[in-house]
Amino acid sequence: MNVTIVDYNSGNISSVINSFTEVAKGTVNLEVTSDLNKIKSSDKVVLPGQGSFKSCIDALNSINGLIDTLDEFVINKKKPLFGICVGLQMFADVGYEETETKGLGWISGKVSKIDNKNGKYKLPHIGWNQINIVKDSKIFKDVGNNSHMYFVHSYEFIPEDKDLISATTDYSSKIVCSVEKDNIFGTQFHPEKSDKVGLKIISNFINL
Amino acid sequence: MLKNRIIPCLDVKNGRVVKGINFVDLKDAGDPVEQAKIYSDGGADEICFLDITASNENRDTIYNVVKETSKKCFVPLTVGGGVRSIDDIYKLLNCGADKVSINTAAVQNPSVVEESSKKFGSQCIVVAIDAKKKGDKWEIFTHGGRKETGINAIEFALKMEKSGAGELLVTSMDKDGTQSGYDIELMKNISENVNIPVIASGGVGTLDHLVDGIKSGASAVLAASIFHYGTYSVNQAKQYLASKDIPVRI
Repeated sequence: MNVTIVDYNSGNISSVINSFTEVAKGTVNLEVTSDLNKIKSSDKVVLPGQGSFKSCIDALNSINGLIDTLDEFVINKKKPLFGICVGLQMFADVGYEETETKGLGWISGKVSKIDNKNGKYKLPHIGWNQINIVKDSKIFKDVGNNSHMYFVHSYEFIPEDKDLISATTDYSSKIVCSVEKDNIFGTQFHPEKSDKVGLKIISNFINL
Repeated sequence: MLKNRIIPCLDVKNGRVVKGINFVDLKDAGDPVEQAKIYSDGGADEICFLDITASNENRDTIYNVVKETSKKCFVPLTVGGGVRSIDDIYKLLNCGADKVSINTAAVQNPSVVEESSKKFGSQCIVVAIDAKKKGDKWEIFTHGGRKETGINAIEFALKMEKSGAGELLVTSMDKDGTQSGYDIELMKNISENVNIPVIASGGVGTLDHLVDGIKSGASAVLAASIFHYGTYSVNQAKQYLASKDIPVRI
């Protein structure tokens, strides 16, 4: 099996690479690339994302044909894709970080700043928070409800269809932290930095 | 609910772990990669490497340490010490650091904070503030606590928040190495004034000091000696905090 981590200059992806390498341990062929043909021929794709919504979308756009290739992979071929952090946020139609920016539009919804309740909640939301699993998701196999995951973000994805939400976390409100729509998976938290339970999620995705 | 973090810090010099008392009188005590793995297996919420004498010496050794650690530890890794430029930050992130802490450079050239948080995202930019009490105020020190700047710590904290820092790592130079507890007033003053998370550092000698640190408003507590010399394990510290009704990840 070929799993590709999309390397599109979206900031630091070493931790994503290290964690997938640890989980894959030679059983799957792991590629880290923006090569369109390699993405097309892979069985699964991981879309990381750090920095702002706008900077990530700009970075995707700066590689000619990348968004079309990802669209084809996800929408037409219906192959599994896993978005992490801003990688998940980009599934939305639109994001409001820095300036209004069009997203990939795979899951209807928007990305807006977490309400900090007049400074009562510090932002970024940094650290370990528990997830409330609200719907069975394939990536949560053998992951306990209320497991701790590592978060770093100031913006949240709000999908229109609430049935696509697989987990939330409590920080000022119930923040969406995991979605699943058919072959599309995403987590707002960082499984690659969430210790053993995070690696389990990565393993679940690889073994889908 | 968001948990308070416990962050063991490893002071590293020439690729080896040391822990200084008031930043001098160093003792060599181990391999940083191995130490970090022990901490992450023991429940550390994050690992911090501080390349303490990096401002003055060849620091290429830290890159290797970071590279090896990030292959074995799957919790966030923060690296600081001698970070001068966007290029230094890039190199550390590329080796597998999740966050980079900037101290002297943030004071001398605040645009480094602005530029790097734009380029890499605020989530990976930590500004380290070393402060010493002067009258009823706190003043910033740089170069590992050796150089006075005359800059007010609270004003500087606010400025760094505006510049795009994702977190502030606040160390009391008066308390560091004394094991007599954090400078609670300093932590309180800074966390009340900024809307980004504060990591309290400098002075931990007992588990109650960790409790006091969290109560002062810090989101995370950093400690070196009590963990490094095995006085307490990270897990013991967490159990103790939990017994005092402080939310931690267990």
